[in-house]
Amino acid sequence: MTAEATLTRKRLQLSDLTRLSTIGLRTRKLRAGLSALGIAIGVAAIVAVLGLSSSSQAGLLNEINQLGTNLLTVSNGQTLTATPAELPTTAPGMIGRIPGVQQVQTTGAVSGADAYRNPYIPSVDTNALTVQAASLDLLPVVATRMARGSFLNAATAREPVAVLGAAAAQRLGIDRIYPGERLWVGGQWFYVAGILKPAVLASTIDSSVLIGYPAAEKYLGFDGHPATVYVRARTDRVDAVDNLLAATANPENPNQVNVSQPSSALVAQADAKSALNGLFLGLGAVALLVGAVGVANIMIISVLERRPEIGLRRALGATRSHIRTQFLSEAVLLGLLGGAVGVGAGVLSTAIYAHTKNWAIVIPTEAWAGGIAASLIIGAVAGLVPALRAARLSPTQALWSV
Amino acid sequence: MTSTPQHLPDRSSVDAGDGSVTDAVQAPVLDVDNLTKSYPGEPPVQALRGVNLAIGEGELVGIVGPSGSGKTTLLQLMGTLDRPTSGHVRIGGLDVASMADDDVAYLRATRIGFVFQQFFLAEHATVLDNVADGLLYAGVPLEQRRQRAIDALELVGLAQRRHARPTQLSGGQRQRVAIARALVGQPAVVLADEPTGNLDQATGQSILALIDRLHRTGSTIVVITHDHAIAERMSRKVEILDGQIVADTGPDTGADARRRSPAPLARPAIHAPQAAYGGPVNHEPS
Ligand SMILES: Nc1ncnc2c1ncn2[C@@H]1O[C@H](COP(=O)(O)OP(=O)(O)O)[C@@H](O)[C@H]1O
Ligand SMILES: [Mg+2]
Repeated sequence: MTAEATLTRKRLQLSDLTRLSTIGLRTRKLRAGLSALGIAIGVAAIVAVLGLSSSSQAGLLNEINQLGTNLLTVSNGQTLTATPAELPTTAPGMIGRIPGVQQVQTTGAVSGADAYRNPYIPSVDTNALTVQAASLDLLPVVATRMARGSFLNAATAREPVAVLGAAAAQRLGIDRIYPGERLWVGGQWFYVAGILKPAVLASTIDSSVLIGYPAAEKYLGFDGHPATVYVRARTDRVDAVDNLLAATANPENPNQVNVSQPSSALVAQADAKSALNGLFLGLGAVALLVGAVGVANIMIISVLERRPEIGLRRALGATRSHIRTQFLSEAVLLGLLGGAVGVGAGVLSTAIYAHTKNWAIVIPTEAWAGGIAASLIIGAVAGLVPALRAARLSPTQALWSV
Repeated sequence: MTSTPQHLPDRSSVDAGDGSVTDAVQAPVLDVDNLTKSYPGEPPVQALRGVNLAIGEGELVGIVGPSGSGKTTLLQLMGTLDRPTSGHVRIGGLDVASMADDDVAYLRATRIGFVFQQFFLAEHATVLDNVADGLLYAGVPLEQRRQRAIDALELVGLAQRRHARPTQLSGGQRQRVAIARALVGQPAVVLADEPTGNLDQATGQSILALIDRLHRTGSTIVVITHDHAIAERMSRKVEILDGQIVADTGPDTGADARRRSPAPLARPAIHAPQAAYGGPVNHEPS
């Protein structure tokens, strides 16, 4: 035999390492599956929580965009003495002249008037409803439609006729329009002409009973001052219009005017993370920890059971590092298996829920990549001690103590 | 018994015509020098007390002794699976004591084959891959490992069963697979610890016949046994008692002519194993 002067140590080829590290998985499938389950559940929870919150956020933003981000509302603020200020009756006309303003509609709070099903209901049971005078083209501007019946028109605006906001109809217990359906408003019967769908951008309308300006003045002694002006501006002019609104609406006391952009408030709301997210992420993290313990436990048992195999490999020329690498890779693979299943389950549940809600499916990269990375790290950490144990095993004890 | 280097003549100067000299002075493939091993305990167990033994190329050595005499310990040290308390182990002249663990592991991967009483086959893998794994840590690519495994399986008469699982084989066949795995790397020496210990009498005989055949085609094999009858069948018999060698029939010098036949895994022999080794070796009792 030739005595080679240098003994070259051989590193395992990747294909061989892959084969070696899957022995445990292939020979004990059920056990491998169960031990990876904890990690799978943890990753699934995290991916689903992040995926669902992203998808719902995307859905909400999409909804907001469809409602339009170019709606601005002008409402009366307070005077220095903290009493409600009044918007001048000229405000809508002035606002309409600002360049870039496309539509102007108004509502005005009819003070002293409340709405009831009938005259016998105690006057304190107002259901927190307000009676508002509304301009006739209000609906497209606040991006809502009729759910039932029809809105006010030039004729009905002069008569005792009311249209109910979505919440108002619910609180009054009216879900259909019957001929002759009426309400007791400010000591007077008003016929119900229709019910609105929710107005997401103008939620005060939801809890309102809307009547025409002329009718309000004629039957309820309304002074005709608008309380809220709804303005649609050209998309590219929204900021410019926004800046001019207060001064235009009330040139004498611009600081007694509140100007807001309802869509931006909704966007901020959509951005806010639900407190539940934190809870579920925490539960996911606990599951990951349990999963790590599971993998470590299985690997330690596996190393004990596979002592003869380890001893044999050492006899066949495996170094300690070969053995260590084999078992460490097996643990990493177990972790990755759990991680991949977890990401799959998380994505699937997100997809199903998003589908029922008609949202686009959004899985943030950090959710799935983080899930995979976390499971890889967990596998490595959990496998470290068992792998070191396997490598430390003496080949003679491993082979002759069976 | 120790072959000290200064007594070793240059190989070229050996008179090939006189076999009795040739083998006695050949550089040993494995030699141990004043080997002792004690295991910790109260009192410590002296498993080996100064063993000297040189095994030449092509020898078939039976090491025999009663239970507890230190046979397995000696095999573990000769096989570099453990380190001696004192003394030296040389494989092909390389002193293991001076080598790092990883280099010793590579030495095992390339120079030493093991056969165990319990076979130690992987049940999830085919016969072929069990044998091919004998080359895994020698850095041989998979295709070559498998090719050479087929060759080694032909040598033990099991090439036909290469796609079977070990669980589908009889005990004797399993030990043949283990022997093929030990041979696949063409090691300098094969060390077998009670290779027939888990087999019935007749199957054990067929394994011994296989070992004898392998010896006759050039393999160097050390068989450890407690059974004198088995040791008698070896060309050299070493008796061990209480960690010391008490008798040694000496290097086998009688039959060097047969050692001139091609090495078992030399390429020309591979494709005609039946002609070279006298037919299939698959005659175990069922
Ligand atoms: N790992 C060990 N630890 C302690 N004592 C051991 C160990 N291995 C073997 N021995 C002791 O060393 C002696 C020789 O054992 P061994 O080499 O197994 O003998 P054999 O193979 O001839 O039966 C015995 O007394 C045995 O009890
Ligand atoms: Mg023994």
